[in-house]
Amino acid sequence: MAKELIKGNVAMAEAAIRAGLEAYFGYPITPQTEVLEHLARRMPELGRAFVQAESEVAAINMVYGAACTGVRVMTSSSSPGVSLMQEGLSYIAGTEVPAVIINVMRGGPGLGNIAPAQSDYYQSVHGGGHGDYHPIVLAPASVQESIDLTVLSFELAEKYRNLAFVLSDGSVGQMMEPAELPPMQPIVKKNYDWAIGGKGTREKRILTSININPHDEEIANLRMLQTWFEIKKNEVRYKEYYLDDAEFLVIGFGTSGRVALSAVRKCREKGIKVGLLRPITVRPFPDEVIIELAERVQGILVVEMNQGQMLDDVMIAVGKKVPIEFYGRPGGVIPFPEDVESEIERMVSAKLEIVNNPRVAWLDRMLHR
Amino acid sequence: MVTIIKPENIVYSRSHAFTETSTSYCPGCTHGTAHRLIAETLEEMNLVDKTIGVAPVGCSVFAYNYFDTDFVEAAHGRAPAMATGIKRVLPDKCVFTYQGDGDLASIGMAEIMHAAVRGENISVIFLNNAIYGMTGGQMAPTSLPGQKTTSSPLGRDVELQGFPLRMSEMIAKMDGAGYVVRRSLHDPANIRKAKKAIRTAFETQMHGLGFSMVELLSTCPTNWGMNPVDSCKWVEDQMLPVYPLGDFKVSESVSELRF
Ligand SMILES: Cc1ncc(C[n+]2csc(CCOP(=O)(O)OP(=O)(O)O)c2C)c(N)n1
Ligand code: SF4
Repeated sequence: MAKELIKGNVAMAEAAIRAGLEAYFGYPITPQTEVLEHLARRMPELGRAFVQAESEVAAINMVYGAACTGVRVMTSSSSPGVSLMQEGLSYIAGTEVPAVIINVMRGGPGLGNIAPAQSDYYQSVHGGGHGDYHPIVLAPASVQESIDLTVLSFELAEKYRNLAFVLSDGSVGQMMEPAELPPMQPIVKKNYDWAIGGKGTREKRILTSININPHDEEIANLRMLQTWFEIKKNEVRYKEYYLDDAEFLVIGFGTSGRVALSAVRKCREKGIKVGLLRPITVRPFPDEVIIELAERVQGILVVEMNQGQMLDDVMIAVGKKVPIEFYGRPGGVIPFPEDVESEIERMVSAKLEIVNNPRVAWLDRMLHR
Repeated sequence: MVTIIKPENIVYSRSHAFTETSTSYCPGCTHGTAHRLIAETLEEMNLVDKTIGVAPVGCSVFAYNYFDTDFVEAAHGRAPAMATGIKRVLPDKCVFTYQGDGDLASIGMAEIMHAAVRGENISVIFLNNAIYGMTGGQMAPTSLPGQKTTSSPLGRDVELQGFPLRMSEMIAKMDGAGYVVRRSLHDPANIRKAKKAIRTAFETQMHGLGFSMVELLSTCPTNWGMNPVDSCKWVEDQMLPVYPLGDFKVSESVSELRF
């Protein structure tokens, strides 16, 4: 199929359809609304389920219901809407049914603004809803990746009976780029041995997140953790750029990873031996490759569009082996490549120290710009 | 042993739409009565094999163990949304929610109203016992003026705690609703009428005639602090004046149903 100029949000919506999306439930919110609008037209046209719900609370619970029947189902929203979904997400995780959630992140907290941000990393990656659970989180940095990761998210969600997030942002969601959509796939009826749909001639089935006996709940928790370790073993994905001879490492995901790549290229032109690691799965986090890289670089710069959330995961992976620097632009601001470039140059020329909290020096630099 | 019961003499037996699991309801509680009516109806309509129930959060949280049909368990108040998700992908199946008054009329207000206004083709069995049973007897939006509960210990003061909520009257106003009625479970005559209403609700759904809801005035002897007989009396004397029984919406197509 040929490349076409397509908007990130529309690309995810159409990719989901071509991957066999059978039901969508959502609520309008900028900068995600094009997903809902595209599906509002396309889903009924294909005889598939589409409901504009009364709220994100209802939307995610509709997703929960449809997911219990074993169909391919998803919702999409942006930060404040995803906050409202946390209840349903926890129930879906607890029931171990597959569902896909697209989060086109925007500036926060609160109503914040509609500009691109990455401040829902903690919420998506480290929970958000109550209880122990372990969603898969995929972070696209381009329209093409938005397409590919949307398709992948369904496969992973269903393979592991888990939540899979596509963690995009207002920049990737709103940008237009040439990209190739996958061919239309037929809907495959899966006949899962856990799905409900009327018992027919088989035994009745129950899908619930309740384990009223704490010992049973503990067993369920341990089983889910086992599944998670399986996911962690099989599904880590990342992109490496200029890492072979790198003396300095930049880490960034999604849009900030993309901006950082431009900066790294500029620095390479100047002869600075710097490389980039861009996690595709921010959960499972590519910590093993980071641990490996930490053995051979002199400094690490983490770039994010928040106050340093993935930074924590990098710090856990690296420990006190190498100095870690942070450059973040929270609140809906996208860093310029030049900003990241000068951060890299600062890292390369400064006498780096291993500190407990790289955010302290960063905040100081931000306030005294 | 001599069998003295001949099959032709049996007038009452356990519904085949039930599993063998015994319920966790308090003695004398009318949740059990409501279950029985639903089970009999599903059996009579031959729907056991194609029904998906949606259990609520409340005393009936374990309803999924009692019916011999597929079942899911919703978050508090969200059963109508979950039922929507199921029904939209399985339009030929029978999907019903079973909800208490805290679940449906308080935390789940948005979900129930919008399921009704969308004309979601599901059936809702709504147990109104004027109290939060499961959490130990707190005030519900449906509690009566002056009713003593653990969170209105001096009696519900309408000045401070508002008025009882009449859900059926409200939902009947929704264009998407095909059948909305209130019945009571406090005596045999009313129980029979309730059964007929449940049948009509499921018929409404299976004929694709829109949203259907049967509100059932129900007892909570445990948290009302009364014996079951007095509880039924309390429904009759105290609840009926606030919650009049009746048909609040019977669409033309529903009124033409014959079964
Ligand atoms: C989000 C959430 N809030 C509160 C609760 C606690 N809770 C469990 S049951 C219940 C009240 C149920 O009352 P009702 O719907 O009237 O049903 P009943 O128990 O009387 O049958 C509450 C508040 C909960 N489980 N989830
Ligand atoms: S607490 Fe009340 S509503 Fe719940 S089972 Fe007991 S009597 Fe019934």
